[in-house]
Amino acid sequence: MVMILKKQILGPGVKRFELTAPEIARKALPGQFVVLRINEEGERIPLTIADARPDEGVLVIVFQEVGKTTMLLGTLNEGDEIMDLIGPLGKPSEIEKFGTVACVAGGVGTPEIYPVARALKQAGNRVIGIIGFRNKDLILMEDEMKEVVDELIVATDDGSNGNKGLVTDMLERVIERGEKIDRCFAVGPVIMMKMVSLLTKKYNIPTVVSLNPIMLDATGMCGVCRVEVDGQTKFACVDGPEFDGHKVNFDLLMARLKTYVKEEREAVEIFQKECGCERGSRG
Amino acid sequence: MKEQPPEVRRHNFDEVPYGYTPEEAIAEAQRCLKCKKPSCVDGCPVQVDIPGFIAQIAQGNFLEAMRIMKRTNVLPAICGRVCPQEVQCEGACILGKKMEPVAIGNLERFIADWEATQPECVMCEIKPSTGKRVAVVGCGPAGLTVAGDMRKFGHDVTIFEALHRPGGVLMYGIPEFRLPKAVVEREVNFVRSMGVKIELDYVVGKLKTIDELLLNFDAVFIGTGAGLPLFMSIPGENYLGVYSANEYLTRSNLMKAYLFPKYDTPIVRGKRVAVIGGGNVAMDAARTALRLGAERSILIYRRSRNEMPARAAEIHHAEEEGVEFMLLTNPVRYIADGNGWVKEVECLRMELGEPDASGRRRPVPVSGSEFRIEVDTVVVAIGNSPNPLIPQTTPGLETGKKGTVVCDLKTGRTTKKGVFAGGDIVTGAATVILAMGAGRIAAGSMDDYLRTGVW
Repeated sequence: MVMILKKQILGPGVKRFELTAPEIARKALPGQFVVLRINEEGERIPLTIADARPDEGVLVIVFQEVGKTTMLLGTLNEGDEIMDLIGPLGKPSEIEKFGTVACVAGGVGTPEIYPVARALKQAGNRVIGIIGFRNKDLILMEDEMKEVVDELIVATDDGSNGNKGLVTDMLERVIERGEKIDRCFAVGPVIMMKMVSLLTKKYNIPTVVSLNPIMLDATGMCGVCRVEVDGQTKFACVDGPEFDGHKVNFDLLMARLKTYVKEEREAVEIFQKECGCERGSRG
Repeated sequence: MKEQPPEVRRHNFDEVPYGYTPEEAIAEAQRCLKCKKPSCVDGCPVQVDIPGFIAQIAQGNFLEAMRIMKRTNVLPAICGRVCPQEVQCEGACILGKKMEPVAIGNLERFIADWEATQPECVMCEIKPSTGKRVAVVGCGPAGLTVAGDMRKFGHDVTIFEALHRPGGVLMYGIPEFRLPKAVVEREVNFVRSMGVKIELDYVVGKLKTIDELLLNFDAVFIGTGAGLPLFMSIPGENYLGVYSANEYLTRSNLMKAYLFPKYDTPIVRGKRVAVIGGGNVAMDAARTALRLGAERSILIYRRSRNEMPARAAEIHHAEEEGVEFMLLTNPVRYIADGNGWVKEVECLRMELGEPDASGRRRPVPVSGSEFRIEVDTVVVAIGNSPNPLIPQTTPGLETGKKGTVVCDLKTGRTTKKGVFAGGDIVTGAATVILAMGAGRIAAGSMDDYLRTGVW
């Protein structure tokens, strides 16, 4: 059993938990993930590790309430327990001194790229953070990101924060102002990672993306997370989750993520009926 | 043994055979000839005293029968159900030459299930503590056997299991209708009651390496099985609706997706399901598909029935339930609809040529024989290779060509001091009882090593 030590609401439907997980916290590296299962009937879902404080035995996860499991997770409070937490899984990010690195994230990709950006900064890189959201009310972790990067650009789709545009627009602006970017890391919705990769390919900037396919055991046993990279089938759970963005078949990933759309909708409807709420509990 | 009728059982996940009544068990046990040199025992990878426990059943001494059983096998309810007895103990039974051999598996299952109805269970004798600590990686049949044996020798044993439930393939792979999960839990709990500790959700290779375990344990046994699913590498294998058998069965068995939405894990309830392969896992998947509501469950196998690796009983059960066998047929590609969902499988007819390395006649494609089958779900059950997580993170642990861990089969010793291995991680995918046999051998030599310190 894993206990929720601290719960914070970062934005609408986005929550941050600090969990007691001393052994995982000791081993976790940027780019890795955990799998959790809330209760006996629960499904196993992967979540990127947002931070780890090994001295305190604390592991941090941030999640958006998108399906039944994340909605139920969102209703849990400090002191509540989660039945299973497995990790750290996947290969860690390749952190070295590249020179100038762009860390690009969309939405809840921001807490996921945060430990990567911090590690890159610590490794001596000049780090430019570019984070994008639909509107200013959805902006996450702006202050935290500012602390670990050399420059932070926050964009909103509707311009409500005064900087209208997509993360790709911002990245292109940075490139066009003459910045030589040696590497790009992109984490977020699949379509965003695809667009970033298309852009950086044009400029020949090596790009790492963190893929988020459906997972089950997440130890290489089931193969549901298979993705195509350079025409080869890879298991994101053990071969990834990070891959060369210029070689990933994003369209296949987007299609495979829709496998259980019908079942997910059904589960959400039942859950909302049972708990009498629209989106888990916002509290 | 009486069974649920095929027409009924193809719609439920309840166990197929009902099990013996005490009267039936006694009558069956009395058929045993009590051979002076019992060949059945030689046929058993864990050397169960078969005539001994059967003689007790014949006299109605079920408790004593169980006592004899547990000396050599702490998982009898499991073995009684899933061992291929026809090629082991029962295959060697003298009676089998003229008539039906003694139903040793059914009797084994009977006393184990009988014990479960009693207020107390038979305990194993455990030797005084040696002070030695043993780590067992993987809580499947090999790991559970090693753990049980090492505990009997008086060592302190901890099993590390990556999944959230113990049992390995017994829990995630073999379906409820063939091996009820309550039975697996019961026997795992027995191993626990012997004093074996089980750490769940513990991925060795990630959370701790073998070298890190060796800092706290005197010896390590690796029994992580063959968990990496093989695909055919044919076009369209990543379309939606194409599963590995591991995924399909894990969703259904471990995660109980057949009870969705009561349980949260979903599974595609295909109407026309193609299962690729001819082994026990393929039979399990094809029969699971029927229970999930398939109108057609089609098993596609590239050789003929004679070469099928599945147990005869499993093939028979599948056929009775209405699984269609499309033999001498091999898929060459999948075709999807506009959303990427599989809608057809294109196959080639095959014919049998000369024997190959396995001794079975090699299937050869008949050119121009392409045809398509309409499907909405495909399950690829062509085998597994060992999970590379531990070999990749353990310096000094040699692996073979197919990713198996190299070890001396007579002792279970690997190329790394203090580290033993057994089961599918060494042999590639095989059976529960062979993994248990390997566990038994490894436990013996591990005990020697811990007592003498000689590697």
